[in-house]
Amino acid sequence: MQGIVGTMTASSSTTLLNRKRLTDWVGVAPFTLFAVMFLIAPTLYLVTGAFMNAEGQPTLENIAGLFTPKILASYSISLKISLASAFGGALVGFFLAWAVVLGGVPSWIRSAIMTFSGVASNFAGVPLAFAFLATLGRTGLVTIILRDWFGFNLYATGFNLLSFFGLTLTYMYFQIPLMVLIITPALDGLKKEWREAAEMLGASTFQYWTRVALPILFPSILGTFLLLFANAFGAIATAYSLTGSTFNIVPIQLYAQIRGDVLHNPNLGYALALGMIVITGLSNLIYIWMRIRAERWQK
Amino acid sequence: MKTQKIGAWIAILFGATYFILPLIATFEFSLRMRRGEYSFDAYRSVFTDSQFQESFTYSIIMAVLTIVFGVLLIVPTAYWVRLRLPQFRPVMEFVTLLPLVIPAIVIVFGYLRLYNSSSWIPFTGSTRGTDLLLMFSFMTLSLPYMYRSVDTAMRTIDVNTLTEAAQSLGAPWRTILFRCIFPNVMSGVLSGAFITFAIVIGEFTMPSLLNRPAFGPYLQLIGANRAYEPPALAIIAFAITWFSIGILQFLSRFNKARPAKP
Repeated sequence: MQGIVGTMTASSSTTLLNRKRLTDWVGVAPFTLFAVMFLIAPTLYLVTGAFMNAEGQPTLENIAGLFTPKILASYSISLKISLASAFGGALVGFFLAWAVVLGGVPSWIRSAIMTFSGVASNFAGVPLAFAFLATLGRTGLVTIILRDWFGFNLYATGFNLLSFFGLTLTYMYFQIPLMVLIITPALDGLKKEWREAAEMLGASTFQYWTRVALPILFPSILGTFLLLFANAFGAIATAYSLTGSTFNIVPIQLYAQIRGDVLHNPNLGYALALGMIVITGLSNLIYIWMRIRAERWQK
Repeated sequence: MKTQKIGAWIAILFGATYFILPLIATFEFSLRMRRGEYSFDAYRSVFTDSQFQESFTYSIIMAVLTIVFGVLLIVPTAYWVRLRLPQFRPVMEFVTLLPLVIPAIVIVFGYLRLYNSSSWIPFTGSTRGTDLLLMFSFMTLSLPYMYRSVDTAMRTIDVNTLTEAAQSLGAPWRTILFRCIFPNVMSGVLSGAFITFAIVIGEFTMPSLLNRPAFGPYLQLIGANRAYEPPALAIIAFAITWFSIGILQFLSRFNKARPAKP
Protein backbone atom coordinates (compact mmCIF):
# COMPACT_ATOMS: atom_id res chain seq x y z
CA MET A 1 0.00 0.00 0.00
CA GLN A 2 2.72 2.39 1.07
CA GLY A 3 4.63 1.54 -2.11
CA ILE A 4 1.72 2.36 -4.39
CA VAL A 5 1.02 5.69 -2.73
CA GLY A 6 4.73 6.49 -2.85
CA THR A 7 4.92 5.70 -6.55
CA MET A 8 1.93 7.88 -7.34
CA THR A 9 3.13 10.95 -5.47
CA ALA A 10 6.65 10.52 -6.80
CA SER A 11 5.57 10.27 -10.41
CA SER A 12 3.32 13.30 -10.09
CA SER A 13 6.17 15.31 -8.58
CA THR A 14 8.47 14.11 -11.35
CA THR A 15 6.27 15.77 -13.92
CA LEU A 16 5.83 18.76 -11.62
CA LEU A 17 9.55 19.31 -11.15
CA ASN A 18 10.13 18.33 -14.77
CA ARG A 19 13.50 16.59 -14.54
CA LYS A 20 14.91 13.91 -16.75
CA ARG A 21 14.76 10.30 -15.64
CA LEU A 22 18.48 9.81 -16.16
CA THR A 23 19.42 12.31 -13.46
CA ASP A 24 17.22 10.35 -11.09
CA TRP A 25 19.55 7.38 -11.39
CA VAL A 26 22.63 9.56 -10.90
CA GLY A 27 21.32 10.27 -7.39
CA VAL A 28 21.78 6.66 -6.31
CA ALA A 29 25.15 6.29 -8.03
CA PRO A 30 27.28 6.87 -4.88
CA PHE A 31 25.35 4.24 -2.95
CA THR A 32 25.45 1.80 -5.84
CA LEU A 33 29.20 2.30 -6.21
CA PHE A 34 29.66 1.74 -2.47
CA ALA A 35 27.51 -1.40 -2.45
CA VAL A 36 29.27 -2.87 -5.48
CA MET A 37 32.78 -2.11 -4.21
CA PHE A 38 32.43 -3.14 -0.60
CA LEU A 39 29.66 -5.70 -0.56
CA ILE A 40 28.88 -7.28 -3.89
CA ALA A 41 32.24 -7.42 -5.67
CA PRO A 42 34.16 -8.95 -2.70
CA THR A 43 31.46 -11.59 -2.25
CA LEU A 44 31.28 -12.40 -5.96
CA TYR A 45 35.06 -12.63 -6.09
CA LEU A 46 35.04 -15.34 -3.42
CA VAL A 47 32.06 -17.14 -4.94
CA THR A 48 33.64 -17.31 -8.40
CA GLY A 49 37.01 -18.15 -6.84
CA ALA A 50 35.42 -21.16 -5.21
CA PHE A 51 34.75 -22.61 -8.66
CA MET A 52 38.24 -22.00 -10.02
CA ASN A 53 41.64 -23.55 -9.58
CA ALA A 54 44.85 -21.60 -8.96
CA GLU A 55 45.31 -21.11 -12.72
CA GLY A 56 41.87 -19.56 -13.09
CA GLN A 57 40.22 -22.47 -14.89
CA PRO A 58 36.75 -23.58 -13.86
CA THR A 59 36.68 -26.59 -11.57
CA LEU A 60 34.55 -28.28 -8.92
CA GLU A 61 37.61 -29.56 -7.06
CA ASN A 62 37.39 -26.91 -4.34
CA ILE A 63 33.81 -27.81 -3.56
CA ALA A 64 34.78 -31.47 -3.51
CA GLY A 65 37.70 -30.48 -1.26
CA LEU A 66 35.22 -29.39 1.39
CA PHE A 67 34.26 -33.01 1.90
CA THR A 68 37.34 -33.94 3.87
CA PRO A 69 36.95 -35.20 7.45
CA LYS A 70 38.50 -32.07 9.01
CA ILE A 71 36.38 -29.53 7.16
CA LEU A 72 33.22 -31.61 7.46
CA ALA A 73 33.87 -31.88 11.19
CA SER A 74 34.15 -28.11 11.51
CA TYR A 75 30.91 -27.57 9.58
CA SER A 76 29.24 -30.19 11.73
CA ILE A 77 30.34 -28.64 15.05
CA SER A 78 29.41 -25.17 13.76
CA LEU A 79 25.97 -26.37 12.71
CA LYS A 80 25.45 -28.12 16.04
CA ILE A 81 26.40 -25.08 18.12
CA SER A 82 24.34 -22.73 15.96
CA LEU A 83 21.31 -25.04 16.05
CA ALA A 84 21.58 -25.68 19.79
CA SER A 85 22.07 -22.03 20.74
CA ALA A 86 19.30 -20.93 18.37
CA PHE A 87 16.96 -23.57 19.78
CA GLY A 88 17.79 -22.73 23.39
CA GLY A 89 17.61 -19.01 22.68
CA ALA A 90 14.29 -19.34 20.90
CA LEU A 91 12.78 -21.52 23.64
CA VAL A 92 13.86 -19.42 26.63
CA GLY A 93 13.28 -16.19 24.72
CA PHE A 94 9.77 -17.26 23.81
CA PHE A 95 8.85 -17.98 27.43
CA LEU A 96 10.36 -14.69 28.57
CA ALA A 97 8.43 -12.79 25.90
CA TRP A 98 5.28 -14.72 26.81
CA ALA A 99 5.82 -13.84 30.48
CA VAL A 100 6.08 -10.10 29.83
CA VAL A 101 3.25 -9.93 27.29
CA LEU A 102 0.66 -12.37 28.63
CA GLY A 103 1.89 -13.26 32.10
CA GLY A 104 0.27 -10.30 33.80
CA VAL A 105 3.49 -8.97 35.34
CA PRO A 106 3.88 -5.26 36.17
CA SER A 107 4.65 -3.06 33.18
CA TRP A 108 7.97 -1.82 34.56
CA ILE A 109 9.27 -5.38 34.30
CA ARG A 110 8.34 -5.43 30.66
CA SER A 111 10.17 -2.19 29.87
CA ALA A 112 13.17 -3.28 31.96
CA ILE A 113 13.41 -6.59 30.09
CA MET A 114 12.98 -4.94 26.70
CA THR A 115 15.70 -2.36 27.43
CA PHE A 116 18.03 -5.02 28.79
CA SER A 117 17.39 -7.21 25.74
CA GLY A 118 18.38 -4.33 23.48
CA VAL A 119 21.67 -4.04 25.33
CA ALA A 120 22.40 -7.77 25.77
CA SER A 121 21.66 -8.65 22.15
CA ASN A 122 24.47 -6.26 21.25
CA PHE A 123 26.77 -7.47 24.01
CA ALA A 124 28.64 -10.11 22.07
CA GLY A 125 32.14 -10.68 20.86
CA VAL A 126 35.24 -10.66 23.01
CA PRO A 127 33.79 -9.09 26.21
CA LEU A 128 31.09 -11.77 26.35
CA ALA A 129 33.78 -14.43 26.41
CA PHE A 130 35.47 -12.62 29.33
CA ALA A 131 32.19 -12.44 31.23
CA PHE A 132 31.59 -16.17 30.91
CA LEU A 133 35.15 -17.03 31.83
CA ALA A 134 34.69 -14.94 34.98
CA THR A 135 31.43 -16.78 35.68
CA LEU A 136 31.93 -20.41 34.72
CA GLY A 137 35.66 -20.62 34.09
CA ARG A 138 37.84 -22.70 36.39
CA THR A 139 38.12 -19.82 38.89
CA GLY A 140 34.81 -18.20 37.96
CA LEU A 141 32.41 -17.03 40.63
CA VAL A 142 29.73 -19.65 40.02
CA THR A 143 32.29 -22.45 39.85
CA ILE A 144 33.77 -21.34 43.19
CA ILE A 145 30.41 -20.86 44.89
CA LEU A 146 29.28 -24.31 43.79
CA ARG A 147 32.50 -25.82 45.08
CA ASP A 148 32.81 -23.96 48.41
CA TRP A 149 29.16 -23.68 49.41
CA PHE A 150 27.63 -26.79 47.92
CA GLY A 151 30.67 -29.04 47.67
CA PHE A 152 29.88 -29.53 43.97
CA ASN A 153 32.87 -29.64 41.65
CA LEU A 154 31.53 -28.49 38.29
CA TYR A 155 34.64 -29.39 36.34
CA ALA A 156 34.69 -32.92 37.79
CA THR A 157 31.41 -33.60 35.96
CA GLY A 158 33.21 -33.11 32.67
CA PHE A 159 31.84 -29.61 32.17
CA ASN A 160 34.13 -27.33 30.24
CA LEU A 161 33.39 -23.80 29.11
CA LEU A 162 35.61 -24.38 26.09
CA SER A 163 33.34 -27.05 24.68
CA PHE A 164 30.18 -27.48 22.66
CA PHE A 165 27.98 -27.06 25.74
CA GLY A 166 29.96 -24.13 27.15
CA LEU A 167 29.94 -22.25 23.88
CA THR A 168 26.22 -22.88 23.40
CA LEU A 169 25.52 -21.54 26.89
CA THR A 170 27.60 -18.45 26.12
CA TYR A 171 25.97 -17.79 22.75
CA MET A 172 22.54 -17.91 24.38
CA TYR A 173 23.44 -14.70 26.19
CA PHE A 174 22.84 -12.76 22.96
CA GLN A 175 20.42 -15.24 21.38
CA ILE A 176 17.72 -15.07 24.08
CA PRO A 177 17.46 -11.24 24.03
CA LEU A 178 17.30 -11.24 20.24
CA MET A 179 14.41 -13.71 20.37
CA VAL A 180 12.64 -11.58 22.99
CA LEU A 181 13.03 -8.44 20.86
CA ILE A 182 11.69 -10.05 17.68
CA ILE A 183 8.94 -12.27 19.08
CA THR A 184 7.36 -9.76 21.50
CA PRO A 185 5.58 -7.81 18.71
CA ALA A 186 4.21 -11.11 17.37
CA LEU A 187 2.83 -12.02 20.81
CA ASP A 188 1.38 -8.52 21.12
CA GLY A 189 -0.39 -9.23 17.85
CA LEU A 190 -2.35 -12.16 19.31
CA LYS A 191 -5.83 -10.72 19.52
CA LYS A 192 -7.87 -11.12 22.68
CA GLU A 193 -10.89 -11.97 20.54
CA TRP A 194 -9.22 -15.15 19.27
CA ARG A 195 -8.78 -16.40 22.80
CA GLU A 196 -12.32 -15.43 23.77
CA ALA A 197 -13.74 -17.07 20.68
CA ALA A 198 -11.80 -20.25 21.42
CA GLU A 199 -12.94 -20.26 25.04
CA MET A 200 -16.54 -19.71 24.08
CA LEU A 201 -16.36 -22.70 21.82
CA GLY A 202 -15.17 -24.70 24.83
CA ALA A 203 -11.45 -24.85 24.14
CA SER A 204 -9.05 -25.42 27.02
CA THR A 205 -5.93 -23.28 27.42
CA PHE A 206 -3.90 -26.15 25.98
CA GLN A 207 -6.21 -26.43 22.97
CA TYR A 208 -6.11 -22.67 22.43
CA TRP A 209 -2.31 -22.68 22.34
CA THR A 210 -1.87 -25.77 20.18
CA ARG A 211 -4.74 -25.11 17.77
CA VAL A 212 -4.86 -21.29 17.54
CA ALA A 213 -1.95 -19.35 18.98
CA LEU A 214 1.01 -21.51 18.05
CA PRO A 215 -0.08 -22.09 14.43
CA ILE A 216 -0.41 -18.31 14.04
CA LEU A 217 2.94 -17.71 15.73
CA PHE A 218 4.68 -20.57 13.95
CA PRO A 219 6.09 -18.55 11.00
CA SER A 220 7.40 -15.91 13.41
CA ILE A 221 8.99 -18.47 15.70
CA LEU A 222 10.56 -20.52 12.92
CA GLY A 223 11.72 -17.36 11.11
CA THR A 224 13.36 -15.95 14.22
CA PHE A 225 14.92 -19.33 14.95
CA LEU A 226 16.60 -19.22 11.52
CA LEU A 227 17.78 -15.67 12.12
CA LEU A 228 19.32 -16.73 15.43
CA PHE A 229 20.89 -19.70 13.68
CA ALA A 230 22.54 -17.52 11.02
CA ASN A 231 23.58 -15.08 13.72
CA ALA A 232 25.45 -17.77 15.64
CA PHE A 233 26.86 -19.39 12.53
CA GLY A 234 28.72 -16.27 11.41
CA ALA A 235 29.96 -15.28 14.88
CA ILE A 236 33.64 -15.67 15.55
CA ALA A 237 34.93 -13.23 18.18
CA THR A 238 33.35 -14.91 21.21
CA ALA A 239 34.50 -18.40 20.26
CA TYR A 240 37.94 -17.21 19.23
CA SER A 241 38.66 -15.43 22.49
CA LEU A 242 37.15 -18.24 24.57
CA THR A 243 38.99 -21.07 22.95
CA GLY A 244 41.77 -19.58 20.84
CA SER A 245 42.14 -21.36 17.54
CA THR A 246 41.78 -24.80 19.12
CA PHE A 247 38.04 -25.07 18.64
CA ASN A 248 37.35 -25.90 15.03
CA ILE A 249 34.17 -24.07 14.11
CA VAL A 250 33.99 -22.87 10.50
CA PRO A 251 34.55 -19.12 11.12
CA ILE A 252 37.68 -19.91 13.17
CA GLN A 253 38.95 -22.23 10.47
CA LEU A 254 38.34 -19.53 7.87
CA TYR A 255 40.10 -17.01 10.12
CA ALA A 256 43.15 -19.26 10.34
CA GLN A 257 43.02 -19.79 6.58
CA ILE A 258 42.95 -16.03 5.90
CA ARG A 259 45.79 -15.49 8.37
CA GLY A 260 48.11 -18.18 7.10
CA ASP A 261 46.64 -20.36 4.37
CA VAL A 262 46.46 -23.39 6.67
CA LEU A 263 44.59 -25.35 3.99
CA HIS A 264 47.49 -24.76 1.56
CA ASN A 265 45.05 -23.84 -1.18
CA PRO A 266 43.61 -20.30 -1.39
CA ASN A 267 40.74 -21.45 -3.57
CA LEU A 268 39.70 -24.03 -0.98
CA GLY A 269 39.42 -21.04 1.40
CA TYR A 270 36.97 -19.45 -1.07
CA ALA A 271 34.93 -22.65 -1.04
CA LEU A 272 34.89 -22.55 2.77
CA ALA A 273 33.54 -18.99 2.59
CA LEU A 274 31.00 -20.02 -0.05
CA GLY A 275 29.74 -22.74 2.26
CA MET A 276 29.15 -20.15 4.97
CA ILE A 277 27.31 -17.81 2.59
CA VAL A 278 25.10 -20.63 1.36
CA ILE A 279 24.13 -21.67 4.90
CA THR A 280 23.48 -18.17 6.30
CA GLY A 281 21.91 -17.11 3.00
CA LEU A 282 19.45 -20.00 2.96
CA SER A 283 18.38 -19.49 6.55
CA ASN A 284 17.93 -15.75 5.97
CA LEU A 285 15.89 -16.40 2.82
CA ILE A 286 13.53 -18.69 4.69
CA TYR A 287 13.43 -16.12 7.50
CA ILE A 288 12.28 -13.38 5.12
CA TRP A 289 9.73 -15.70 3.52
CA MET A 290 8.40 -16.67 6.97
CA ARG A 291 8.22 -13.02 7.96
CA ILE A 292 6.04 -12.19 4.98
CA ARG A 293 3.73 -15.06 5.96
CA ALA A 294 3.69 -13.93 9.60
CA GLU A 295 2.76 -10.37 8.67
CA ARG A 296 -0.61 -11.53 7.38
CA TRP A 297 -1.72 -11.78 11.00
CA GLN A 298 -0.11 -8.60 12.25
CA LYS A 299 -2.54 -5.97 11.06
CA MET B 1 -4.95 -17.56 35.41
CA LYS B 2 -3.09 -18.05 38.69
CA THR B 3 -0.77 -20.73 37.31
CA GLN B 4 -0.09 -18.49 34.36
CA LYS B 5 1.16 -15.74 36.64
CA ILE B 6 3.36 -18.13 38.60
CA GLY B 7 4.77 -19.48 35.33
CA ALA B 8 5.51 -15.96 34.15
CA TRP B 9 7.39 -15.14 37.33
CA ILE B 10 9.39 -18.36 37.11
CA ALA B 11 10.37 -17.50 33.52
CA ILE B 12 11.39 -13.99 34.55
CA LEU B 13 13.35 -15.18 37.58
CA PHE B 14 15.14 -17.76 35.45
CA GLY B 15 15.96 -15.18 32.79
CA ALA B 16 17.08 -12.59 35.32
CA THR B 17 19.41 -15.11 37.00
CA TYR B 18 20.94 -16.16 33.70
CA PHE B 19 21.49 -12.56 32.64
CA ILE B 20 22.53 -10.91 35.88
CA LEU B 21 24.75 -13.64 37.31
CA PRO B 22 27.51 -13.27 34.66
CA LEU B 23 27.53 -9.52 35.19
CA ILE B 24 27.93 -9.90 38.96
CA ALA B 25 30.56 -12.59 38.48
CA THR B 26 32.48 -10.47 35.98
CA PHE B 27 32.42 -7.48 38.29
CA GLU B 28 33.48 -9.58 41.27
CA PHE B 29 36.31 -11.12 39.27
CA SER B 30 37.54 -7.73 38.12
CA LEU B 31 37.94 -6.67 41.77
CA ARG B 32 40.09 -9.68 42.75
CA MET B 33 43.45 -8.39 41.49
CA ARG B 34 44.83 -7.61 44.96
CA ARG B 35 45.18 -10.80 46.96
CA GLY B 36 42.73 -11.19 49.84
CA GLU B 37 40.76 -7.99 49.34
CA TYR B 38 38.64 -6.27 46.72
CA SER B 39 40.17 -3.33 44.86
CA PHE B 40 39.84 -1.40 41.64
CA ASP B 41 43.45 -2.19 40.73
CA ALA B 42 42.45 -3.95 37.51
CA TYR B 43 40.61 -0.85 36.32
CA ARG B 44 43.59 1.35 37.24
CA SER B 45 45.84 -1.03 35.33
CA VAL B 46 43.53 -0.88 32.30
CA PHE B 47 43.15 2.88 32.25
CA THR B 48 46.87 3.55 32.62
CA ASP B 49 47.76 1.08 29.87
CA SER B 50 48.93 3.16 26.92
CA GLN B 51 47.78 0.45 24.51
CA PHE B 52 44.27 0.72 25.94
CA GLN B 53 44.26 4.47 25.45
CA GLU B 54 45.63 4.20 21.91
CA SER B 55 43.33 1.43 20.71
CA PHE B 56 40.29 3.00 22.35
CA THR B 57 41.06 6.41 20.80
CA TYR B 58 41.63 4.74 17.45
CA SER B 59 38.27 2.97 17.61
CA ILE B 60 36.44 6.12 18.69
CA ILE B 61 37.94 8.08 15.79
CA MET B 62 36.98 5.26 13.42
CA ALA B 63 33.45 5.19 14.87
CA VAL B 64 33.03 8.95 14.37
CA LEU B 65 34.36 8.78 10.81
CA THR B 66 32.13 5.78 10.05
CA ILE B 67 29.10 7.63 11.38
CA VAL B 68 29.85 10.85 9.46
CA PHE B 69 30.48 9.15 6.14
CA GLY B 70 27.71 6.62 6.69
CA VAL B 71 25.20 9.40 7.31
CA LEU B 72 26.44 11.39 4.32
CA LEU B 73 25.95 8.33 2.13
CA ILE B 74 22.69 7.00 3.53
CA VAL B 75 20.58 10.10 4.19
CA PRO B 76 20.84 11.63 0.70
CA THR B 77 20.34 8.21 -0.90
CA ALA B 78 17.32 7.33 1.23
CA TYR B 79 15.89 10.79 0.55
CA TRP B 80 16.48 10.51 -3.17
CA VAL B 81 14.94 7.07 -3.36
CA ARG B 82 11.83 8.24 -1.51
CA LEU B 83 11.54 11.34 -3.70
CA ARG B 84 12.45 10.10 -7.14
CA LEU B 85 13.12 6.41 -7.37
CA PRO B 86 10.55 4.51 -5.34
CA GLN B 87 11.05 1.59 -7.70
CA PHE B 88 14.61 1.36 -6.35
CA ARG B 89 13.40 0.82 -2.78
CA PRO B 90 13.21 -2.99 -2.89
CA VAL B 91 16.81 -3.02 -4.16
CA MET B 92 17.87 -0.79 -1.26
CA GLU B 93 16.04 -3.00 1.21
CA PHE B 94 17.74 -6.07 -0.18
CA VAL B 95 21.25 -4.63 -0.42
CA THR B 96 21.13 -3.13 3.07
CA LEU B 97 20.11 -6.54 4.43
CA LEU B 98 23.11 -8.28 2.86
CA PRO B 99 25.60 -7.46 5.64
CA LEU B 100 23.37 -9.46 8.00
CA VAL B 101 23.37 -12.40 5.58
CA ILE B 102 27.03 -12.49 4.58
CA PRO B 103 29.22 -13.06 7.65
CA ALA B 104 31.68 -10.25 8.40
CA ILE B 105 34.61 -12.62 8.09
CA VAL B 106 33.60 -13.51 4.54
CA ILE B 107 33.29 -9.84 3.54
CA VAL B 108 36.72 -8.96 4.90
CA PHE B 109 38.19 -12.04 3.22
CA GLY B 110 36.90 -10.64 -0.07
CA TYR B 111 38.47 -7.25 0.69
CA LEU B 112 41.85 -8.81 1.38
CA ARG B 113 41.78 -10.60 -1.96
CA LEU B 114 40.29 -7.76 -3.99
CA TYR B 115 42.16 -4.77 -2.55
CA ASN B 116 45.61 -6.17 -1.72
CA SER B 117 48.77 -4.29 -2.60
CA SER B 118 49.05 -5.89 -6.04
CA SER B 119 45.47 -5.21 -7.14
CA TRP B 120 43.85 -2.38 -9.10
CA ILE B 121 42.84 -0.47 -5.99
CA PRO B 122 45.57 -1.26 -3.44
CA PHE B 123 43.78 -0.16 -0.25
CA THR B 124 45.90 -2.41 1.94
CA GLY B 125 49.12 -1.14 0.35
CA SER B 126 49.44 1.70 2.86
CA THR B 127 48.42 2.35 6.46
CA ARG B 128 46.08 5.20 5.57
CA GLY B 129 44.59 3.13 2.78
CA THR B 130 43.92 0.26 5.20
CA ASP B 131 42.30 2.70 7.63
CA LEU B 132 40.08 3.88 4.81
CA LEU B 133 39.17 0.30 3.88
CA LEU B 134 38.44 -0.44 7.55
CA MET B 135 36.14 2.55 7.69
CA PHE B 136 34.30 1.33 4.61
CA SER B 137 34.02 -2.12 6.16
CA PHE B 138 32.48 -0.58 9.30
CA MET B 139 30.09 1.38 7.09
CA THR B 140 29.10 -1.91 5.47
CA LEU B 141 28.49 -3.54 8.87
CA SER B 142 26.33 -0.64 10.06
CA LEU B 143 24.41 -0.37 6.78
CA PRO B 144 21.36 -2.43 7.86
CA TYR B 145 20.86 -0.42 11.04
CA MET B 146 21.70 2.99 9.60
CA TYR B 147 19.45 2.62 6.57
CA ARG B 148 16.53 1.26 8.56
CA SER B 149 16.58 3.95 11.24
CA VAL B 150 16.93 6.75 8.68
CA ASP B 151 14.23 5.29 6.46
CA THR B 152 11.86 4.89 9.42
CA ALA B 153 12.42 8.53 10.39
CA MET B 154 11.85 9.59 6.78
CA ARG B 155 8.54 7.78 6.73
CA THR B 156 7.19 10.21 9.35
CA ILE B 157 7.87 13.29 7.21
CA ASP B 158 6.38 14.16 3.86
CA VAL B 159 9.51 14.34 1.74
CA ASN B 160 7.73 15.50 -1.42
CA THR B 161 5.89 18.41 0.16
CA LEU B 162 8.97 19.55 2.06
CA THR B 163 11.03 19.51 -1.12
CA GLU B 164 8.45 21.34 -3.18
CA ALA B 165 7.98 23.96 -0.46
CA ALA B 166 11.74 24.53 -0.22
CA GLN B 167 12.12 24.63 -3.99
CA SER B 168 9.32 27.12 -4.47
CA LEU B 169 11.12 29.36 -1.97
CA GLY B 170 14.19 29.12 -4.19
CA ALA B 171 16.34 26.82 -2.06
CA PRO B 172 19.17 24.99 -3.84
CA TRP B 173 19.57 21.21 -3.37
CA ARG B 174 22.23 21.60 -0.70
CA THR B 175 19.96 23.79 1.41
CA ILE B 176 17.04 21.40 0.98
CA LEU B 177 19.14 18.45 2.06
CA PHE B 178 21.02 19.98 4.97
CA ARG B 179 18.50 22.48 6.33
CA CYS B 180 15.20 20.72 5.59
CA ILE B 181 15.69 16.99 5.40
CA PHE B 182 18.55 16.41 7.87
CA PRO B 183 16.96 18.23 10.84
CA ASN B 184 13.72 16.34 10.24
CA VAL B 185 15.30 12.90 10.28
CA MET B 186 17.74 13.73 13.07
CA SER B 187 16.21 11.20 15.49
CA GLY B 188 16.74 8.43 12.94
CA VAL B 189 20.26 9.61 12.19
CA LEU B 190 21.10 9.60 15.90
CA SER B 191 19.62 6.11 16.41
CA GLY B 192 21.74 4.84 13.54
CA ALA B 193 24.76 6.68 14.91
CA PHE B 194 24.60 5.09 18.36
CA ILE B 195 24.16 1.56 17.11
CA THR B 196 27.04 2.15 14.67
CA PHE B 197 29.12 3.36 17.60
CA ALA B 198 28.38 0.21 19.59
CA ILE B 199 29.22 -2.01 16.59
CA VAL B 200 32.47 -0.26 15.68
CA ILE B 201 33.84 -0.15 19.24
CA GLY B 202 33.40 -3.88 19.78
CA GLU B 203 34.22 -5.21 16.30
CA PHE B 204 36.99 -7.78 16.33
CA THR B 205 37.07 -9.61 12.99
CA MET B 206 37.59 -6.75 10.56
CA PRO B 207 40.35 -4.76 12.30
CA SER B 208 42.06 -7.98 13.34
CA LEU B 209 42.29 -9.32 9.79
CA LEU B 210 43.21 -5.89 8.41
CA ASN B 211 45.89 -5.63 11.12
CA ARG B 212 44.81 -2.31 12.56
CA PRO B 213 45.19 -1.49 16.28
CA ALA B 214 41.51 -1.19 17.18
CA PHE B 215 39.81 -1.87 20.51
CA GLY B 216 38.42 -5.30 19.55
CA PRO B 217 41.79 -6.92 18.77
CA TYR B 218 43.25 -5.24 21.86
CA LEU B 219 40.57 -6.89 24.00
CA GLN B 220 41.40 -10.26 22.49
CA LEU B 221 45.13 -9.75 23.10
CA ILE B 222 44.58 -8.82 26.76
CA GLY B 223 42.25 -11.77 27.17
CA ALA B 224 44.96 -14.13 26.01
CA ASN B 225 47.65 -12.67 28.29
CA ARG B 226 46.17 -11.27 31.50
CA ALA B 227 43.91 -12.55 34.26
CA TYR B 228 42.10 -9.66 35.95
CA GLU B 229 42.08 -6.96 33.29
CA PRO B 230 39.73 -8.87 30.92
CA PRO B 231 36.73 -8.84 33.29
CA ALA B 232 37.37 -5.16 34.00
CA LEU B 233 37.37 -4.54 30.25
CA ALA B 234 34.19 -6.59 29.88
CA ILE B 235 32.49 -4.33 32.44
CA ILE B 236 33.73 -1.25 30.59
CA ALA B 237 32.53 -2.68 27.25
CA PHE B 238 29.16 -3.51 28.78
CA ALA B 239 28.87 0.06 30.08
CA ILE B 240 29.64 1.41 26.59
CA THR B 241 27.02 -0.88 25.01
CA TRP B 242 24.50 0.08 27.69
CA PHE B 243 25.22 3.76 27.07
CA SER B 244 24.82 3.55 23.28
CA ILE B 245 21.77 1.29 23.26
CA GLY B 246 20.16 3.15 26.17
CA ILE B 247 20.32 6.41 24.23
CA LEU B 248 19.12 4.60 21.11
CA GLN B 249 16.03 3.29 22.89
CA PHE B 250 15.35 6.66 24.45
CA LEU B 251 15.48 8.18 20.96
CA SER B 252 13.22 5.55 19.41
CA ARG B 253 10.63 6.12 22.12
CA PHE B 254 10.81 9.83 21.34
CA ASN B 255 10.39 8.93 17.69
CA LYS B 256 7.23 6.95 18.30
CA ALA B 257 5.68 9.69 20.41
CA ARG B 258 5.37 11.90 17.37
CA PRO B 259 2.27 11.40 15.23
CA ALA B 260 3.16 9.39 12.15
CA LYS B 261 2.05 10.85 8.85
CA PRO B 262 1.54 8.59 5.87
